[in-house]
This record gives sequence, structure tokens and C-alpha cells, in this order.
Amino acid sequence: MYTLNALEESAFRIRERIIKMSTDGGCFLGASLSAADVILFLYTRFLNLSKQNLNDPERDYFFLSKGHDVPALYGTLVELGILEESRLKNHLSVKDHIYWHPNTHIPGIEFHSGSLGHLPSVALGVALDIKLKGGKAKVVCILGDGELNEGSCWEAVLVANAYKLDNLYFIIDRNHFQANMPTEDLIPLEPLSDKFTAFGASVKRIDGHDFKAVENALSSTPFHPGKLNVLIADTVRGKGLPSIEKRADRWFCNFTHKEVEDLLLELRGNAPTHLSSETLLVR
Amino acid sequence: MSYEELLTQIALEDDRFVVMTAENRALVRKMPETLKNRFIDTGITEQTMVGAAAGLALRGRIPVIHALSTFLTMRAFEFIRTDIGIPGLPVKLSSYIPGFLSDGNGPTHQAIEDISLMRGIPNMTVYAPADEDDLLKMVPSIWKNPEPAYIRINTRKTDYKHTPYNPGKSEIISVGKKATILVYGLLFEEAFRAREILLKKGLDIGLVNMRCLKPLDQETLVQVIKDSEWIIPIEDHFHTGGLYSILAEFLLNKNLYPRVLPINLGEKWFTPGLLPQVLENEGFSAARLAERIEAHLA
Repeated sequence: MYTLNALEESAFRIRERIIKMSTDGGCFLGASLSAADVILFLYTRFLNLSKQNLNDPERDYFFLSKGHDVPALYGTLVELGILEESRLKNHLSVKDHIYWHPNTHIPGIEFHSGSLGHLPSVALGVALDIKLKGGKAKVVCILGDGELNEGSCWEAVLVANAYKLDNLYFIIDRNHFQANMPTEDLIPLEPLSDKFTAFGASVKRIDGHDFKAVENALSSTPFHPGKLNVLIADTVRGKGLPSIEKRADRWFCNFTHKEVEDLLLELRGNAPTHLSSETLLVR
Repeated sequence: MSYEELLTQIALEDDRFVVMTAENRALVRKMPETLKNRFIDTGITEQTMVGAAAGLALRGRIPVIHALSTFLTMRAFEFIRTDIGIPGLPVKLSSYIPGFLSDGNGPTHQAIEDISLMRGIPNMTVYAPADEDDLLKMVPSIWKNPEPAYIRINTRKTDYKHTPYNPGKSEIISVGKKATILVYGLLFEEAFRAREILLKKGLDIGLVNMRCLKPLDQETLVQVIKDSEWIIPIEDHFHTGGLYSILAEFLLNKNLYPRVLPINLGEKWFTPGLLPQVLENEGFSAARLAERIEAHLA
């Protein structure tokens, strides 16, 4: 059983793994660092999911609709012994299946993702089936805030509430950025809680890096009988690395090995790294 | 028996089946009462319906999902391709009012590129029954097969009694020395009557009800092409990507060179109206088909 202190240590190790993937082709570093704490919390203190029950039909389900955060998921699956640590060395190799988005060749990953706005409805289908079978399992889907630009997310919210899927949880990694810029500078989302409430969901909003706050929010479930659960987790893009925190231009990063070494030291509290690798790649 | 009755019977016998619709109730009117919570109407949300079908299929269900052809195949295309096609989930797409069956609706509702789109998805199978009799003979095995399947639904009643459906096989009515028509869906009826007109004029015209567009019944095609001078693919579909293209790919693949007369919609959305007028106006009624074929073969 993970205590909250143990979580801090695990989160640190997960961040190390994420940072190590931001070279030799790179990864969505900023995005993954914002989601890491919530994903870890879910797997250790909320979801009935472990190496032992991955195929149990009564298990809880986790879907990463914000697929490009997958380094955080890889890091967490390694932490739980579901994925071998050594496979992370195969990142972006065609000899394995560890690449920029999740896929079902990785143990513990339920569905492939990458195209935003898809897994809310897939998760909905799973939650619906659980209800049809009288099951008690929970289904959690992580969405990005930029992802909420996709109308299919809101369709899924409407339909989830129509079918009273209170076993379904949409958790928003609200890091206030979308690919190239702050969300509020491109497609403003606030007041975000109000939008979900207006669509019929029961909404809570907390600091996504405060394990205690996440725990309090998820301590009594469902939030409201018969309603979709929406947890807005306010997070920081690049959390843990002051040199890339809250930067519009460090979403996807492909650093040199030296920069990665320095970032790992920065994670331990060293001075911010001097980064010279090109920014604003991929989108 | 109707499509709805058959689907209800199959679903009541096998609780893996769930029936879904994006508020396209025409084929599933009584199912809320008969299937109760295994009938799921997601409202006018084709994308969410397809995604949810994938989720249900992940949990071991066989979703039979319904929506108007255009919105099913195009509004939700990415969801079909990515969430059903990539993992090859057993979701069965029942496509309502494809091709000419959209009659008075207009181009927004004309699914005349659907065969092209659906067959372009790896793992997807594509079927087009000729009428209600054909539909009822085909769907049980299609639905029980684990592959994703797209079916141009056709509940029109004709007088023709089709042979039992052999999975993956087309139905040969006859092979014509002069020409053999390849057709699918509602145009089977018109093609059948066109053939009768031409037979009376002494032209040896054969007819194949394709039934399956993907997988393709290669054996039947080889047999027909061997013995026919002309092959005439007829479809209510654009000329790109439908049966004409399927045939062209096949001929190239097999190094076969019959003469080919394609009859399709080219690159034109058809003028809306009631079906008999549309068929006449676009040149797909039995009489017009017979005229067109006779003129071309002369």
C-alpha cells in the first residue's frame, strides 16, 4: 500500500524515466510531466489494477486519451512492475512497441490512443458494459485540456450523463497549455468546471500535483449518483523542471544526452538547465 | 421475417449482441422493449456511438450499430478506422439508405463513396445484399464472424429467391457469353430485369449478385471472366473505389483483359427524387440499363 510519502518517491522515479526518454528522438516531455502525479495516484491508490489482475474482467479500467503523455504511463507501469524497466531502452526502436503513443502491445495498456477525443467514447462503452453486467468496476479516462477542443469529448459527456454512467471518470490534465500556446490564448476554456456542470456532470477541481487533494477528491465516489464524474486537475506543464515549466515551447522535446543529464540533476534540485536544443518541434 | 425480427431473435439467443443506433430508429423500432438495456441509442452522435461500440466490443460484446450511411461512414470514419479497424473489433455496421436508397434526401445524404471508404480500412469486410431476402440470408453468418463488417442495408422486397449465402461467395445467376453483369445492392433487381430484356433480344447476358465486396470472391470472378467477352460492373457509387475499381485491381492482379463497361455515377451526385424517377433519370432503371448495354455492346 503506497503512503503519500512513498508516492513522492515513486513520482520522482517516474519523472526520471520520462526525462530519459526526451532524447534520441525525444518525447512529449512537458505534457507527460504534468500528468505524472495523477496517473501514479490512480494506479496506486484509486484503481483496482495491478500486475496480478490485468486480465480480470472485474478489474478497473484506465484509458489515456491524452495519448502523447504515454511516457508518464510507461514510467508508472514500470514502477508497478507491469512493464520491464529494460524495455524503456527500446524507446522509438522498431524492434519494440515503445513509441510516442500508447498501444496494446504494452502490458497494462487497454487501448491504443493518440488521436484526441477518441477514448472518452471508448471508455464510455466499457463503463456502460460494466453497468449492464451489474459490475462495480470504475473506468477512468485522462483527457488533456487542449483535447477538449475536440467536440467528440463533449458528445461523450452528454451521452455519459444520458446513461447515468457514475462509474466513469473523466480526469482532465489541466496544464493550461495546448500544443503551441496557452489554451486561454487560443481557444479559451474557462470557466471549465461550469461547462462540465452544464453538460450534466458532477465536477471537482483540485491541484493535480497535491496527492492529498487528489485523494480527498476521490475519497467519496461517485461524486454524485447518476452523474459522470469529472475531476479537473490543475497541473503545470513540465512539472519538476523549472527550466521547462509553463513553457509554450517545451511540449515535445528532443534533447542532447548532456541536456538530459543536466535535467536529471535539475530534478534533484540543481540549478535550471541551459537548454540549447531546438524548441517547438512536431506541431 | 424482417431485419428487425431477425436481429432481435439473434440478440435474444446470444447476449453478446448489443444493438446501437445514432437515433436512426427506422430499422429498430421495437428494440427498446425487446432488448431493453442491450438497446443503446447514443443520440445523433455517430462518432461517440462508434467509440462506445469499440468499448463494448473490448468487453466481449458484438455491437450491431445503425446510422445513416453518409454519417456513419464519413462523420465517424476516423473512429471506424482507428477504434474498430486497427484492433479488428467485432463491430457490425448497418448502413441505412446507401446509394440510391437515399432518394429524396439530396447530396448530403448520398452515400456513394462508402464502398471505397470502408474497403480502404484494413480488417474491414464489406457486404451489400440485393434485397430483404438476401439480407436475411447473409447477416447471421456475417454477425457471428469475428471480423468488423460494413453492410449496405437493403430491406426492399423483390420476387427473387436468392440461394443460401456461402460466406465470402457471390451468387451467380448465370454466366453470359457476350457479357456478364456484376452488381450489388438494390440495382440487382433492375439488372435482373435488364438482363431479361436483353435475353429476349438474343444477347447472352449473365448476372452475378456480388454480395461480398471485401473479401472478394476471386474464384467466381475468374470463372465469369473466362467465359464472358464483356464484364459490366453496375453500382450506385462513384466511379472511384467501388466495384469498378475493385474489378480493375483484380484484372490487373490476375493479368486478365476482358472488355469492361462500367456503369456508375462517375463523379456526380445524383438529382434527388423518388426512387423510380431517380433510377430512370440517372439511367439505372431496367429499361435504361438494357438500352445502355445494348448500345455499347453493338
